[in-house]
Amino acid sequence: MDKLLNDSGSLLALGNEAIVRGCIEAGVAFASTYPGTPSSEIGNNLQKIAHKAGMYFEFSTNEKVAMEAAAAAAASGVRSLAFMKHVGVNVAADALMTLAATGVDGGMVILTADDPSAHSSQNEQDNRYYSLLSLLPMFEPSTPAEAKEMIKEAYKVSEQLGAPVLFRTTTRVNHARGVIELMPREAEPGKGAFVKDPMRYVNVPAVARMNRVKQLERLQAALCIAEDSPLNRVEGDGQVGIVTAGVAYTYAKEWMEDVSILKLGMSAPFPERRVADFIRGKDMVMVVEELEPFLEDQVLRVARQHGIGTPVFGKRTGHLPRAFEYDPDVISRNGAVPVRIGPPPLRPPEMALPSRPPTLCAGCPHRGTYYAAKKAVGKEGAIYSSDIGCYTLGMQPPFQCADFLLCMGGSVGAACGFAAVNEQKVVAFIGDSTFFHTGVPPLMNATFNDHEFVLVIVDNRTTAMTGHQPHPGTGRSHGGRETNPLPIEPLVRACGVEHVVTVDPLDVKATHKAMKEALAHDGVAVIVSQSPCPLELKKRRVLEISAYAVDQDKCVQCHHCVEALACTAFYREDGNVMIDAELCIGCGVCAKVCPRGAMGAVE
Amino acid sequence: MRYCVQIAGVGGQGVLLASSVLGHAAMRAGHKLAMSEVHGMAQRGGSVLSTLRFGDEALSPLEASGQADLLLGFEPVETYRMLHLANEGTHIVMNLQPSVPVKVSMGMEQYPDMDELVGNIRSVTDRLITLNATELAVQAGKAVAANAALIGAVAGVEGFPLERELLEEVLLDTVPERFKEINSKAFQLGYERVRSGL
Repeated sequence: MDKLLNDSGSLLALGNEAIVRGCIEAGVAFASTYPGTPSSEIGNNLQKIAHKAGMYFEFSTNEKVAMEAAAAAAASGVRSLAFMKHVGVNVAADALMTLAATGVDGGMVILTADDPSAHSSQNEQDNRYYSLLSLLPMFEPSTPAEAKEMIKEAYKVSEQLGAPVLFRTTTRVNHARGVIELMPREAEPGKGAFVKDPMRYVNVPAVARMNRVKQLERLQAALCIAEDSPLNRVEGDGQVGIVTAGVAYTYAKEWMEDVSILKLGMSAPFPERRVADFIRGKDMVMVVEELEPFLEDQVLRVARQHGIGTPVFGKRTGHLPRAFEYDPDVISRNGAVPVRIGPPPLRPPEMALPSRPPTLCAGCPHRGTYYAAKKAVGKEGAIYSSDIGCYTLGMQPPFQCADFLLCMGGSVGAACGFAAVNEQKVVAFIGDSTFFHTGVPPLMNATFNDHEFVLVIVDNRTTAMTGHQPHPGTGRSHGGRETNPLPIEPLVRACGVEHVVTVDPLDVKATHKAMKEALAHDGVAVIVSQSPCPLELKKRRVLEISAYAVDQDKCVQCHHCVEALACTAFYREDGNVMIDAELCIGCGVCAKVCPRGAMGAVE
Repeated sequence: MRYCVQIAGVGGQGVLLASSVLGHAAMRAGHKLAMSEVHGMAQRGGSVLSTLRFGDEALSPLEASGQADLLLGFEPVETYRMLHLANEGTHIVMNLQPSVPVKVSMGMEQYPDMDELVGNIRSVTDRLITLNATELAVQAGKAVAANAALIGAVAGVEGFPLERELLEEVLLDTVPERFKEINSKAFQLGYERVRSGL
């Protein structure tokens, strides 16, 4: 049995595992997501164990669908969870804003996993502002152990108010590890029984206006809860006050000396009486929070309204930075509050170190796709419109096949605009999972408005970057439900695309030919470049490896392979190109591009 | 007591596995602990860092620069990149087996000279222990046991607060039955390499 299903004992758990366990203990009946770092492991674990805990779980097609489905489950009276990365909430925001007004009957938690420093994201937006925009309460855990307990409290508050609540984590909570204590379940997952209430759930203007008034009443009730919540607590005495939340609390707690800390676990609605009582009479207050001055501005507002003159330090005063995640070093550089200091760091002599950005894996089929596409485009060049996934790594040399990147599905929409105003050819790349997520509407837009570009759907049969989750194109086989894969080619045709071909990118010649034809086509042309992610095959233990090697007698050291493919399995030894047998998986693409036929599978 | 291990390496090298073994051992020894690791895009062959802090008051998943008690480097360049996490008293265990970045094999960048790299580290600390974990693993039976050799090396570090037997037990719990012997041997070789260097 999975360790997360035990009813007692302690566990060294990832923050995301702690959240899963919290949901099990809370009796959550429905959970949905679209995978996204740093929230992905919540889904990966639920995929394995949700049904064993009596919970329904799905990877939805995108975050908006996940939000709507979870909203309906909660409207039917059960506890539901919709979870996603920060930018996923943007996708779901349309549903969120009206849902916030109607409220729900069962408890509903909307988990947003923010990514300060954008470790695995296209931006580091601060989703705490969604609590102000939607007027929903918000919870912010600081550690995995706290996340598990707090999620249960979040469900209680949600049910007490009859509204969803936000649960905001960050990378250093989701991907932190700590010890959690497993406790018995507080509730069993319920059965849904939707009670029709059109004057609440059907938001025509007349209803919307009533819901607006009720929403403001709920906000007032939520404020009372936040004011008295034990999740908002003061630790330590001192004339210097720290207001903090989330993981930043752990840095303040461990490094700042002789301070009194107000830790906000329920940070919205902003508990202004608690804050006023805390800051009144202090010599100074510093607000320690990552990203935007979200708490700081509210502290300043409260101080002004309560006539409190205590100076408030933070981002507005330049003591703490606004960009990127915090760590103990950032806290230590604040310049106003004393901190614990240890021995000085080593200062080794300067050395030019080679860079090591993330790269396409050895044997990644995207390498074949990019090689063929680049060759077909030739010297004329093209505008490469890219999307969110492993294939975005094609921005690195030697491919440099990413010139523009906004968001999920954005490659296709942007290609429409590029095609409309530029003379240059336009080539867009999108992953299979991303295509299902939000790539279909812009493709219909392209045929509808007669835009001319090539769309390459790099179909590696999985949602690779986030850890290999299923999507409509793969079908599902978890939780006792089996569904058939939804084939991409007919879907593309149904969008009005006349020129669509499926190729295997490991067959470089065929892919090159398909690219040439697509580039010559008048209108939208789509290539489905299909080859499974070898990492996913490895995980399922079905990858057959036959490593390749370079025949040094045939090799003329032209270095075309390393320069044009840059497979991570290549290395050079005294000018000779070698293949690392530990890394090579035998995709064979190098053998196909070598002008001398020097590469071959090792017998 | 507070003890911090920083583990530097390349995505896919097994940094996560090593930090998990050390973390579970710390938990079994009854310590409070806080860890931080890298998932997602950064894992795809990029530089990765795992932090493990255990002891009475470990709450923060990250540590301040210079405050590591042990820096475990899976790869020479990545160890060098993270030297600012160490101070003069920090034990540094470094695997000498390079992992060549793509831009180096493409000829766009240079991998530094190994003797110079090691010499530079020795010029600022006398607590560097080097080993070739891959060679030790091959000696034990299989290159993939390099991880086990590095964990064995950790067990041999002077003043490391977790028992050698405990580390080996936790490590072997994570490997399939048929690889237990190889891993045990690699662990032993790593341990001995460090002890003999003291």
